[in-house]
Amino acid sequence: MFTAEVKVALKPIVSDPQGLAVKHALENLGVSGIEDVRMGKIVKITLDAESKEKAVSTVEDMCRKLLANPIIEDYSFEVAEQDDNRGIKK
Amino acid sequence: MKVGVIVFPGSNCDRDCFYVVKEVLKEEVSYVWHQEDALDEFDCLILPGGFSYGDYLRAGAIARFSKVLNSVKKFADKGKIVIGICNGFQVLLESGLLPGAMLRNKNTHFICRYVYVRVESNRSPFTNLCREGQVLKIPIAHNEGNYYIENSRLSELKSNKQVVFRYCDKEGKVSLDSNPNGALYNIAGISNREGNILGMMPHPERCSESILGSQDGLLIFKSVVKWIQNNKGDKTPKIQIL
Repeated sequence: MFTAEVKVALKPIVSDPQGLAVKHALENLGVSGIEDVRMGKIVKITLDAESKEKAVSTVEDMCRKLLANPIIEDYSFEVAEQDDNRGIKK
Repeated sequence: MKVGVIVFPGSNCDRDCFYVVKEVLKEEVSYVWHQEDALDEFDCLILPGGFSYGDYLRAGAIARFSKVLNSVKKFADKGKIVIGICNGFQVLLESGLLPGAMLRNKNTHFICRYVYVRVESNRSPFTNLCREGQVLKIPIAHNEGNYYIENSRLSELKSNKQVVFRYCDKEGKVSLDSNPNGALYNIAGISNREGNILGMMPHPERCSESILGSQDGLLIFKSVVKWIQNNKGDKTPKIQIL
């Protein structure tokens, strides 16, 4: 089994109203020196695959087709092999 | 004319659209559940507003994978009329039937109020009863209506006359102040290049009777009725929008 952690965020060129609202809230809290706040999503996926390469290409495909909208969002991800409950690597 | 109103889990303006077609326009109408795929009987499809699939992931992102969407694509490829309103517009964007994407409203609020939009072109199936530059009073109700498209593609939209409606003030002046949600170029509605698919954030079905404060939405529905009557029997109707 593999686990993938996918990060999806709005492209830097796209304005992020949610991030801006959080930035204002932080400033209202009295936090100073905040340059920028950008919000995003983390998607954690557990998947079965023959190899790590296969898992990576599957996740890449998921990102392109569904998890991110390429017009407004960028994505990145990491895939790791997961130990099962008995501690034996599959 | 026979209209199909597509119903996704979470659609909530389907009944309003159905009501306007049946009771106000006095035309035939049926609901189409998202798992159906036979659409040949219809002349026009409406993808209504609401929160299909709970707006999970991104508004419209999951509805794109429903069975009916494949048939909607084929339906549109034949040059038949498709209207996406609000969430329906978002579904059309996510499915690639219309270009661009929706961001969260600039002020981060859900906005529910009447706005004014200007008819940019009246040579479309959706606006042929309007004057060019006519101002329509139509309500919006959305959280993600901040239309975005890359600059190069925006130029394409403009030169192809695909911008159908832009947010404006009562007098028809397009400005930052009259932009409720931050949409690029004040875009409230666009069509595809061929001109047979319309996506719009404002809700024409909520302003098609005088008791509701505006009947301007009717102009859009009646334009479609007229266009379909004029093109009845033509298997590949050509739309001249330029």
